Amino acid sequence: MRSLLINPVLNKEIKLRFRSVKSFLGVFFYLFALGGIAIGFMLINTVFSATAMFRPEQSRMMFMVLSFVQMGLILFMTPGLTSGVISGERERQTLNILLTTPQSSTSIIFSKLISSIAYLVLMIVSSLPLYSIVFLFGGVSPSLLLTTFGFYFIVMVTIGSVGVMFSTLIRKTIISTIITYGVALFLAGGTAFLTVIGMELLANPSFNQTSIMPYLTGMMNPFIILISLFEDGITSELQNRSGIQFSLVTSFIISYMFITILSLVISIKRLRPNMKSKKGM
Amino acid sequence: MIETINLTKKYGSFTALDSLNLKIEKGTVFGFVGHNGAGKSTTFSILATLLAPTSGTAFVNGYDVTKDPKKVRNHIGYMPDFFGVYDQFKTVEYLDFYGASYGIPPSEREVLIPQLLELVNLSNKKDTYVDLLSRGMKQRLCLARSLIHDPEVLILDEPASGLDPRARIEMREILKELKNMGKTIIISSHILPELAEMCDEIGVITNGKLVASGTVSSIQQQLQAHKMINVKLASSIEQAIAFLEDRPLVSAITRHEKNENTLTFAFSGNDEEQVELLKIAIEQGLSVLSFSQEESNLEDVFLEITKGVEFS
Repeated sequence: MRSLLINPVLNKEIKLRFRSVKSFLGVFFYLFALGGIAIGFMLINTVFSATAMFRPEQSRMMFMVLSFVQMGLILFMTPGLTSGVISGERERQTLNILLTTPQSSTSIIFSKLISSIAYLVLMIVSSLPLYSIVFLFGGVSPSLLLTTFGFYFIVMVTIGSVGVMFSTLIRKTIISTIITYGVALFLAGGTAFLTVIGMELLANPSFNQTSIMPYLTGMMNPFIILISLFEDGITSELQNRSGIQFSLVTSFIISYMFITILSLVISIKRLRPNMKSKKGM
Repeated sequence: MIETINLTKKYGSFTALDSLNLKIEKGTVFGFVGHNGAGKSTTFSILATLLAPTSGTAFVNGYDVTKDPKKVRNHIGYMPDFFGVYDQFKTVEYLDFYGASYGIPPSEREVLIPQLLELVNLSNKKDTYVDLLSRGMKQRLCLARSLIHDPEVLILDEPASGLDPRARIEMREILKELKNMGKTIIISSHILPELAEMCDEIGVITNGKLVASGTVSSIQQQLQAHKMINVKLASSIEQAIAFLEDRPLVSAITRHEKNENTLTFAFSGNDEEQVELLKIAIEQGLSVLSFSQEESNLEDVFLEITKGVEFS
């Protein structure tokens, strides 16, 4: 495990990624966007509001808004950061040399994923001071903040793994990026849309039965899971209409872990050619 | 040290490599010649464990590339024909990264890297960003990189391509030094004639097939059957052409554009038959000023072979 975490590719990735000015600009603009939203939210509720007060409920609402925006930014950035990690090396013609070193495919794939996630974690951690505004006004428990961050981490790892997989399978970064964005969009928007449609159908009195479909699509959607962390209503509604009482968050964790493991196994298997010749000698 | 047995690579119906059989002994410098797309890089990629053969197999240092690719990687230093570098690395960091990739401890790397930079004449560029190096320097750095784990076998795919004459000479000198160090080197190059003096053997590949293999001199001897002869005449050039056209062993008679009194023709006879030809020519009254055989260099050999000339 130690060799997996402390290895040359990981060192190289972290060194090169954090050495570039682009990375610092990335963090800067990320915080600028998130900070702008937080300040805008506070201004709307104080300066531009008749009450000119910031109550704990509003603080909780601001936390939710920030969490949603951050979720959106994670879904937007993860494919960009991971969908070129292997195909980019292939395009720069550095991959062949890397693959002739004795480093294992597992070590290379994990290093690429961990270094990308490390950058995202840096962004999330650097946004913590913004969240301190929320704690200043109350309304949110630290455990909720930790749960939310843990949830971000799962989404980052899963989307990141999907990005690494497409980057390994597809030769061109641009195509790999488009497909990874497609998957992220489906998980963020497509599943939400299908869940809403399913719920509407089940709400129709003439449709007097339950269906697992809204549950299945709902458990895949990061935004629905994020809401369920704040409000229990949506979870119980989905469980009742689908007839499944199993925890939605647990289903989410299991399904995302499954996608992660599958993506990583495919990436590791396909990074190098299967050297066995197809026919005998 | 390197052996391929019926090594074949097919892409659909296209055969990139057709039952290649090679045997390169330890310490040999083997030059691999062939036109673009002949199958050189395909062979090298299979030896470097980057490409799976369709059938057949290859052994490097006794390890089967299809069964023990991990062990093969520890024994080879591979330099591809086209390669990139990590732009944001400095020269030392670049080598350090690959040293670490081969599991060389940091303390050993500290000693090894300056030695390698010295070998490839890049000591004065150790803190320069790789991106800022010239092409020739990058080629030399890549060569140093392929040597970092002290491999017994070096697989160098066109290491001198795209280099100016000075850089080529520098590369050639480094390769000579590696030869003296006892490395087994398999090298492909368009400048093989320049490398002829350092290659112990050459193999000529065309359309995926090995058409000739052996020492440089033996291949040149094989080509003796197709030697080119220059004849300079004082007069009666038309008569000479008519005379040569009647000879069964003579073909491809051409008249020099600049020097109209000179003819070049291909002669497929042996030395005695060549003497006989000159004797008859003089007896028939041709005013021969000079009669000489063109010295064929490795480049000519390569061109002849890849034109599809059959070997005797």
